[in-house]
Amino acid sequence: MKLTVRIWRQSGSGDRGRMVSYAVQDIRPEMSFLEMLDVLNQDLITNGEDPVAFDHDCREGICGACGVVINGRAHGPEQTTTCQLHMRAFRDGDVIDVEPWRATGFPVVKDLVVDRSALDRIVQAGGYITAPTGSAPEAHAIPVPKHDAELAFDNATCIGCGACVAACPNGSAMLFTSAKVTHLNVLPQGRPEREQRVLDMVAAMDDEGFGGCTNTGECVKSCPKELPFASIARLNREFLRASR
Amino acid sequence: MAVTGLVIVAYLFAHMLGNLKVFLGADAMNEYAAWLRRIGEPALPMGVFLWVMRCGLLLMVALHIVAAAQLTSRDRRARRVGYVHGRRRSLRGFAPSTMRWGGVTLALYVVWHVLDLTVGVANRDYVEADPYHNVVADFSVWWVDALYVVAMLMLGLHLNHGIASAARTLGLAGGRVGIVGTLVAVVITAGFLAVPIGVMAGLVG
Amino acid sequence: MSVVQHHVGRPVSDTKAPDVALERRWDERRFTAKLVNPANRRRHRVIVVGTGLAGASAGATLAEQGYHVVQLCFQDSPRRAHSVAAQGGINAAKNYRNDGDSVHRLFYDTVKGGDFRSRESNVYRLAEISTQIIDQAVAQGVPFAREYGGLLDTRSFGGVQVQRTFYARGQTGQQLLLGAYQALSRQIDAGRVEMHARTEMLDLIVVDGRARGIIARNLVTGQITTHVADAVVLATGGYGNVFYLSTNAKGSNASAIWRAHRRGAYFANPCFTQIHPTCIPRSGVHQSKLTLMSESLRNDGRIWVPKVQGDTRSPDQIPMDERDYYLERMYPSFGNLVPRDIASRAAKNQCDAGFGVGPGGLGVYLDFGDAIQELGRPAIEARYGNLFDMYQRITAEDPYQVPMRIYPAIHYTMGGLWVDYDLQSTVPGLFVIGEANFSDHGANRLGASALMQGLADGYFVVPTTINDYIGSNTFDAVPAAHPTVQQTQRDGQARLERLLSIGGTRTVDSFHRELGLLLWDHCGMSRNESGLREALERVPELRADFWHSVRVPGEGAELNQELEKANRVADFLELAELMLVDALVREESCGGHFREEHQTAAGEALRDDARFSHVAVWEHGDRPVLHREELTFDHVRPTQRSYT
Repeated sequence: MKLTVRIWRQSGSGDRGRMVSYAVQDIRPEMSFLEMLDVLNQDLITNGEDPVAFDHDCREGICGACGVVINGRAHGPEQTTTCQLHMRAFRDGDVIDVEPWRATGFPVVKDLVVDRSALDRIVQAGGYITAPTGSAPEAHAIPVPKHDAELAFDNATCIGCGACVAACPNGSAMLFTSAKVTHLNVLPQGRPEREQRVLDMVAAMDDEGFGGCTNTGECVKSCPKELPFASIARLNREFLRASR
Repeated sequence: MAVTGLVIVAYLFAHMLGNLKVFLGADAMNEYAAWLRRIGEPALPMGVFLWVMRCGLLLMVALHIVAAAQLTSRDRRARRVGYVHGRRRSLRGFAPSTMRWGGVTLALYVVWHVLDLTVGVANRDYVEADPYHNVVADFSVWWVDALYVVAMLMLGLHLNHGIASAARTLGLAGGRVGIVGTLVAVVITAGFLAVPIGVMAGLVG
Repeated sequence: MSVVQHHVGRPVSDTKAPDVALERRWDERRFTAKLVNPANRRRHRVIVVGTGLAGASAGATLAEQGYHVVQLCFQDSPRRAHSVAAQGGINAAKNYRNDGDSVHRLFYDTVKGGDFRSRESNVYRLAEISTQIIDQAVAQGVPFAREYGGLLDTRSFGGVQVQRTFYARGQTGQQLLLGAYQALSRQIDAGRVEMHARTEMLDLIVVDGRARGIIARNLVTGQITTHVADAVVLATGGYGNVFYLSTNAKGSNASAIWRAHRRGAYFANPCFTQIHPTCIPRSGVHQSKLTLMSESLRNDGRIWVPKVQGDTRSPDQIPMDERDYYLERMYPSFGNLVPRDIASRAAKNQCDAGFGVGPGGLGVYLDFGDAIQELGRPAIEARYGNLFDMYQRITAEDPYQVPMRIYPAIHYTMGGLWVDYDLQSTVPGLFVIGEANFSDHGANRLGASALMQGLADGYFVVPTTINDYIGSNTFDAVPAAHPTVQQTQRDGQARLERLLSIGGTRTVDSFHRELGLLLWDHCGMSRNESGLREALERVPELRADFWHSVRVPGEGAELNQELEKANRVADFLELAELMLVDALVREESCGGHFREEHQTAAGEALRDDARFSHVAVWEHGDRPVLHREELTFDHVRPTQRSYT
């Protein structure tokens, strides 16, 4: 396949940035999207140009490092991570727009690389269960109903890629935050810190400059781990409950 | 947003039921309108309850608009640099993306609606204390009907997303939230639309 | 036969394991270890490099104890370390199934699975601690799979006959890592961990023979920073990416352990690398990494190849009696569940003999047809749904309809920096935990044991032993102006500048690919003397070529991903040579190290306990120096592994 990719190039936070068009050739359908970028970068380096910076690591859809907006959709046309998107999703001659996540909470570092440390700070504010090493009771001391364990898991599966924020018309981080709150608050181990956790995490989320949730559901449509939309309502319920 | 919105929805529902009185004839409708002014008598003077309602409603609408403006400005701040690739298509339907400009349109319509049927200055054929007449006269004009129908469809879209969204904001997480929201939106919209259709079809007047 | 590539030095031994009964050693060590007054701990800084299972758990626990922790990761968030990708599960000797499991059995299985090349003391402690790990993880909210009664579910896994593997669907590593990451996050918020993400260690600072800090590069600004401390913990994972194509993350690298090795830490068993049998075969030359499919698939999937070489019929056109279920044929009692090294090698042998399927004949079938027929599609979906989806996403083939194609790939490295029972390297004050050390898996790691080891080291072992080190030493302040600090910083800077100034014609990736292919061919699933010697000639040439003609664009003072890669590949090019030497010197087959000259008549690995019952411990030098640590087996009698 021959393709044209238009990629956001920005040398650093001080640069205004712009879209730059590149022709890429010899793209095979079984290549991943990132391997297509690899091919482009090898060409750029050989021609003495600066390669495109993009975040990636595990390339198997679990670390959450990769993520770009492809033709206006976070992670591209399929609901998966960018590394698991394959070029068979495109056709010969396509023009593909590649942009970084756009959110005030995710400032651009370089090209397609953004700073997502805001998500870490939301977790630091309360996204944990206080269980210092050595203090744990026997694992079977507290049975957890299978349903609760499954619900916790469905939410814990978040990979922190930030696609929800990128896809949200309001740049909101509600899905991310609500998934962590739901994971921990639904488990008996998480109950003692239930109220403080949700209050602190929501406050941290607001401090990072993310937008407000208007329940548009764009986040779940772009979430590679298919986090449940209902978690957002659960977060709201936990928040109201804690605010009483 | 959610609380004010749901209060307005409750008002709309009552308003819609009241409107349907038009199908029971002029007396029923006008008697109902007169009763609205008498509520609370003799403890309250004539019309006081209605004014309390109107003030409360106005406050809700005002708060709803203020909250919407705040939310909008927060959301704009949350993404100062937008995406280059086109306007992103909404994946979840028409309603969510029409909340903002749809809301503004509805606000403008409400102003006209009050001038038309409450104050009467926008209605050439307005008769004080005869709402049945006013309604029938109004909906005999084709462009008023057209305006009204468009406004109600807009309202329907606004409610379709708004009711479910408000419920979720207040913590209702069930899978049926969206369906119930749509159902309420359809009932309210259909109820409102029944009146001009009734007038046009000759069932009323 | 003598090998001239190295010198032989004096033997080393572990002096830290107490000389008491095996079952009492860890208890005894905890008792004899010096304590540090809690009030004094915050005055001691400890650097932890890496935030995987071992690093995150160590950082969190040391901070909980009161130490001032400085922690680094090269990823943009500590949550992304490659432990996140582990799928299958974590072993623990809980015996919840009442199926005969015990600490002793887990210890025995691990020593045997490692083909008798690990240290009894360490492995016993690992088995002992395994139960506490599950308690700890559950308390943190790790959502392990549960039964309807609300109790934890377990399954059997990779080469053992008890159900001791705890799991969280196919994402056990992710869930355990998030537990450790959240514990670490709590300490970051409390100000007890100073977290530096997107920061990579460049070198170790050794002052007066002790590890006293590191220099690191801020990957965003390019700034080179110095961090001084009283102890340094390396939790930087394995070196599987030396092969270029592996199941490791693209960023996983050996620079931290290799730099430490060059500063005096001995490197143990570098040739012990593990090949995982169930990976998705490569699809072409563009391939940038390989993806593993949990070996739990082998519980229900049947592995086969056509009985005729070069059979190009589609699998559904090949009748039952024309298929060779070779694992079931050769190992009737374990069948498809033989350990990883055996399953991998058998697949390679089938493909080498021309029976392979798919592009280039580099694949064998993993067929769920029978399982679907027997158990029904919903049951298979419930067990492996996410893995099947992953396979379909990558290959565009539906494994419910067509058998999966699998091929072995590099997955884990048992070798690593040598450590004693305290997990301390030969550089005092330098502790090495998780996959980065060599300790517990011998020549082959059992499935679901990597998560166990990383967390045992991080939560329970190193926080105890580091107390002893800090409590028994005094620490003078090391000022930033100290000549050694200055020199180390200048060395790191100079190396990066040199890489940037070469301005050659070849990309870093092209060198890395070439190195990887060379190692895969000559030091991969099976090795022989002539191949190893050939590679030993080629690697130094390739390294010289790299330093002469690599092209690293951009500058040092910016986010420069090519510079990061170049710096890592430069180290891989040195490490590769030590791996080859080690593989050449170890003239026996054991676990993942298969020397073609040393096999049984049936083609199984043939150990030589008389000559090689030792850890090969390498000291850096112009020529590497081999120190041996003799292994003694007082509680397990080494036998020829048999899975037939």
